[in-house]
Amino acid sequence: MPASLAPAHNTGNPIAVEMRGLNKWYGEFHVLRDINLTVRKGERLVICGPSGSGKSTMIRCINRLEEHQTGTLMVDGIELTNDVRNIDAIRREVGMVFQQFNLFPHLTVLENLTLAPIWVRKVPKKEAEEAAMYYLERVKIPEQAAKYPGQLSGGQQQRVAIARSLCMKPKIMLFDEPTSALDPEMIKEVLDVMVELAREGMTMLCVTHEMGFAREVADAIIFMDRGEIVESAPPSTFFANPRTDRLKLFLSQILRGH
Amino acid sequence: MANGRVAAVSLPADRPVAHGFLSRALLWARANLFSSWLNSVLTLVLAYFLAKGLISFVSWAFIDAIWSLPTQDTRPCRDARAESACWALIGERNRFILFGTYPFEEQWRAALAVGVFLALYGLSTVRAFWNFRLVVIWTVGLAAIGVLMWGGVFGLAYVEQEKWGGLPLTLILATFGIAFAFPLSILVALGRRSAMPAVRMICVTYVELIRGVPLISVLFMASVMFPLFLPEGITIDKLLRAQVAIILFAAAYLAEVVRGGLQAIPKGQYEAADALGLGYWRKTGLIILPQALRICIPPLVNTFIGLFKDTSLVTIIGLYDLLGAAKASIVEPRWVGFGVEAYMFISLIYFIFCFAMSKYSQGLEVEFSRHTKR
Ligand SMILES: Nc1ncnc2c1ncn2[C@@H]1O[C@H](COP(=O)(O)OP(=O)(O)OP(=O)(O)O)[C@@H](O)[C@H]1O
Ligand SMILES: [Mg+2]
Repeated sequence: MPASLAPAHNTGNPIAVEMRGLNKWYGEFHVLRDINLTVRKGERLVICGPSGSGKSTMIRCINRLEEHQTGTLMVDGIELTNDVRNIDAIRREVGMVFQQFNLFPHLTVLENLTLAPIWVRKVPKKEAEEAAMYYLERVKIPEQAAKYPGQLSGGQQQRVAIARSLCMKPKIMLFDEPTSALDPEMIKEVLDVMVELAREGMTMLCVTHEMGFAREVADAIIFMDRGEIVESAPPSTFFANPRTDRLKLFLSQILRGH
Repeated sequence: MANGRVAAVSLPADRPVAHGFLSRALLWARANLFSSWLNSVLTLVLAYFLAKGLISFVSWAFIDAIWSLPTQDTRPCRDARAESACWALIGERNRFILFGTYPFEEQWRAALAVGVFLALYGLSTVRAFWNFRLVVIWTVGLAAIGVLMWGGVFGLAYVEQEKWGGLPLTLILATFGIAFAFPLSILVALGRRSAMPAVRMICVTYVELIRGVPLISVLFMASVMFPLFLPEGITIDKLLRAQVAIILFAAAYLAEVVRGGLQAIPKGQYEAADALGLGYWRKTGLIILPQALRICIPPLVNTFIGLFKDTSLVTIIGLYDLLGAAKASIVEPRWVGFGVEAYMFISLIYFIFCFAMSKYSQGLEVEFSRHTKR
């Protein structure tokens, strides 16, 4: 195994995300079927599965970009209900990185990073800018602070997006296929940032098909298909001993490409 | 003049390629105006009529124009009606056209008010003021305009609103029209996309209702019908009613423009703002609107320009705005029949304002698009 992290001894840690019997429908279409999932603080979870299996929908439920219909969802000890205050409280603690970066194109990189801390966390502007520069150093592009997102490469944009989330000092980070829209040569620079984040003990839920990344940092990998969690295992068993045919088929398809 | 035309065509076609402006112009002309004999004939015919029209206009408006009259008698102008513009009309009546029935000795106040408006427009284009300072500047400026126009304080004689007219009136209607219609239109556009069905329905009904009727009928309703519904003894003056009608009318059109801009913003922008916990109003004010409004600067300014000129419809309900004053300036028997001069004069004023708006918006567009190419 490559320079792997210390194995997860997180079983005693408090729970960061907990889903109990979660169900969601789009009209007639049953997207999420009876999802049960526990993620403890400091744990790194990788989620994979075929297209349309409900991966995005599931992690987007965690910060209420999607609404679940039945079951309970606890995030950082707060139950997600229709209560707007709970939703706001959870969104402050949960960062999200999107496949399409979703930077704000009319603001400079620095403004992208300081906007939420200033307006949501009420951090003084100067302090917010210092923090922003610190995170830009972390993602290795401090020299781009004054540029606009449209002037950056995809990999740089995605690193800015990660830094933007980190500026809110989140307790949990969600990644939805952060490298899927990137050219191959830019994937590594983004993954490097994510690996480092994992090393520092960030709680991460990451939808990705980067199996190298999963091997290196994940405490557990879950495989979703047709709205269900089909398998859940630490990386070693996940790749070596897939139990279901669905996962075997999926792995054969995905690993062939690499 | 025919000489110039012939000379241009008869230049030798195989001159060596020079890179001067003239030779490039000639190359362009040959490629675009004289590419075939049909094209050449059309070019020559059109050039002939254009030149003829231009020449007769220039000699009417400038060369043969009558700039002043020796006496009160306008007969010299009437005798030369066909071939000479009579700018003596503007010389004599410009104060009335510009300021309407505002008391003559007090017209410096109206002129100063126009000056304050111009200063406000100018200051608004300075980006360093695009914060609370602009609000302060406008509050002070509009208060000054109010004091100047009404008077009744600081030793200024009181001038009732019925006497206001000309350019200040047009600028008041247009400025307040835009200043109130624009924010209202943003609310309506947001309302049309609201999650609350009742809000959505109200906004849709408003837009469709207003768009379905001509401005003139809205103005008539405001001036004639609206007072009938008011209880005995309460009156709202005509200017205010016209102003409200203009605001409501323009806001409906602007709302559709803004909605177009909102629709162009990708879903990901909303999601990113939500994920950061910005909340509805901050998301809208900091992320969505700044982008949406930039996208729709051209149609927005288009509508602003339309509104500026539409203020002239208030003449119909008896307000003497620039157009109304121009019309009234030639009612006097001496000047009856000199409409062309009066209308050309105010057209020039309308043009200057509209052209300035158009130019400014083009600059703004370029500036905004510099960094934000996607
Ligand atoms: N707003 C929506 N309305 C209706 N159906 C939807 C909606 N969003 C997603 N779906 C459907 O729900 C299913 C799950 O979508 P989801 O985006 O979660 O899949 P995914 O696993 O993330 O796939 P991918 O790997 O392609 O991103 C898909 O079949 C999709 O078509
Ligand atoms: Mg997805």
